Amino acid sequence: MLIKQLSVFLENKKGRFTEVARLLGEAGVNMSAFTVSESSDFGILRIIVSDTDRAVDVLRSNLYAVSLTDVVCLYCPNQPGALARAMEIITKAGIFIEYMYAFAQVDSAHVIIRPDDTKRCVEVLKANQLTLLAASDLYKL
Amino acid sequence: MIWNEAIECMRRDEMRKLQEMRFKRTVERVYHNCEPYRKRMQEAGIAPDDFRGIDDVAKLPFTSKKDLRDYYPFRLLSVPMSEIVRLQASSGTTGKPIVVGYTRRDLGIWSEVGARCFTAYGLGKQDVVQVSYGYGLFTGGLGAHCAVETIGGAVLPMSSGNTEKQIMLMHDFGAVGLACTPSYALYLADAMKDSGIPREEFKLKVGAFGAEPWTEAMRRELQEKLGIKAYDLYGLTEIIGPGVGHECACQNGTHLCEDHFYPEIVDPTTGEPLPAGQTGELVFSTISKEGMPLLRFRTRDLTSLNYEPCLCGRTSVRMNRILGRCDDMLIIRGVNVFPSQLEAVICEIDELEPHYFIVVDRVNNLDTFEVQVEVKAEFYSDEMNRMLDLRRRIIHRLQSVIGLSPDVKLVEPRSIERSQGKAKRVLDKRKFN
Repeated sequence: MLIKQLSVFLENKKGRFTEVARLLGEAGVNMSAFTVSESSDFGILRIIVSDTDRAVDVLRSNLYAVSLTDVVCLYCPNQPGALARAMEIITKAGIFIEYMYAFAQVDSAHVIIRPDDTKRCVEVLKANQLTLLAASDLYKL
Repeated sequence: MIWNEAIECMRRDEMRKLQEMRFKRTVERVYHNCEPYRKRMQEAGIAPDDFRGIDDVAKLPFTSKKDLRDYYPFRLLSVPMSEIVRLQASSGTTGKPIVVGYTRRDLGIWSEVGARCFTAYGLGKQDVVQVSYGYGLFTGGLGAHCAVETIGGAVLPMSSGNTEKQIMLMHDFGAVGLACTPSYALYLADAMKDSGIPREEFKLKVGAFGAEPWTEAMRRELQEKLGIKAYDLYGLTEIIGPGVGHECACQNGTHLCEDHFYPEIVDPTTGEPLPAGQTGELVFSTISKEGMPLLRFRTRDLTSLNYEPCLCGRTSVRMNRILGRCDDMLIIRGVNVFPSQLEAVICEIDELEPHYFIVVDRVNNLDTFEVQVEVKAEFYSDEMNRMLDLRRRIIHRLQSVIGLSPDVKLVEPRSIERSQGKAKRVLDKRKFN
């Protein structure tokens, strides 16, 4: 139930993300979700892709600093209060969230979570009958 | 106003005679009292008698900053330690400073040339002068201090830092003169404004600024912001400290105290003397000092000399603005920074590749100092906090060694240019003209 996320270190310069997107596109790798966390002179691009190994190869061979991180992808109905319920469970279990990002479709929403204790986060969410997506599910979206 | 008219307005031919007499004595002094100089002269086949006058200067060996490090701490002294009454030092590359020893007479010379400077700025015994150069090993504080005492002014020995108090006392004590680095002066200008005290309540009229290169644009800015006349106070620790030269009311070149410090301009590559007026490396010989006289010390500063008499009445040679430096030492916000110092720190930090690039610029008349570093692949973190924390640690380490806080920029792997030969590690975008 863990998903491999790519984290790419990027300098805050024109065209850096453009090049990453182009390289992945040329390699036939699709991006399912991404977010950028930025500071004044660099950013960290976090992406979930259809082919992790290929993406890592392509980026590393082009000298990007890429690391892999385990994240959890939670499914919620796209309704008021659905996320709050999931968050309460996580908070009560004493799990800290490093960062998270989300994308919503018509009636479903997906939240990608990077908890400080990944294993426990998965256990707690499952024990509360919440739906977690496997990597293969996410890549199909 | 002129402190020592007999010397400062001396006819050029008489000045030359005086220089020749003192220079000869200095050559004899170092030959007989300083082993490294004796050896070097013997190797070059020169005896003191071969130096018959200024025309023979080019026969004499050079002294470099490296010599001062090699003969650390006292081997370049030409007197026994019992004759030394003061030691001062400046920063060096490897943590070992450059040491200078003064005899009592040397301190007298230092006070004399300093007095010429502060008199040329229009200051006198009725004035309170705030000295905000650092006091201590650095020659700035004590050099300016003794100069002001010599002209009979009242010294306010503030040293640097504690800006609020600087402003309070400048106001309450009615300081007329301010001696500090030009960048600190700018900082104080803002602090004066922030203090809310109206400008007319301050008596400040004159700034004596030095210890780092500064431009005409910076002078304009300082004069405007502080409402004063801003003058260059030139000096080098190796030669004596602040007082080697000064501007006058004309603000058209820095008069050098050439009866004590004989200047030459040489080709920085070949070391050949260049004709008057040409731009090259400034070289000084101290011709009156006893403690640590230096023959033909290479300053690495690029400039030219102007022997025309000045409208102020002085006949002393004037140095034009320093255009830059011919070696790799950077002077950033008045602090000597060697790329090799940064390199040593960067190589010690586990997370970093041993590659770096320094960008120095001047924005709004303040030096900016950026150090680009590459993080090793395995240390790139997914978490912003960890990356920012790493950056903070790097800044802290660099600051503790070089005494300046750089703006550290983490860059992408392999984005710093690798070089096969001599690596280009510095981009100094500042323009000193």
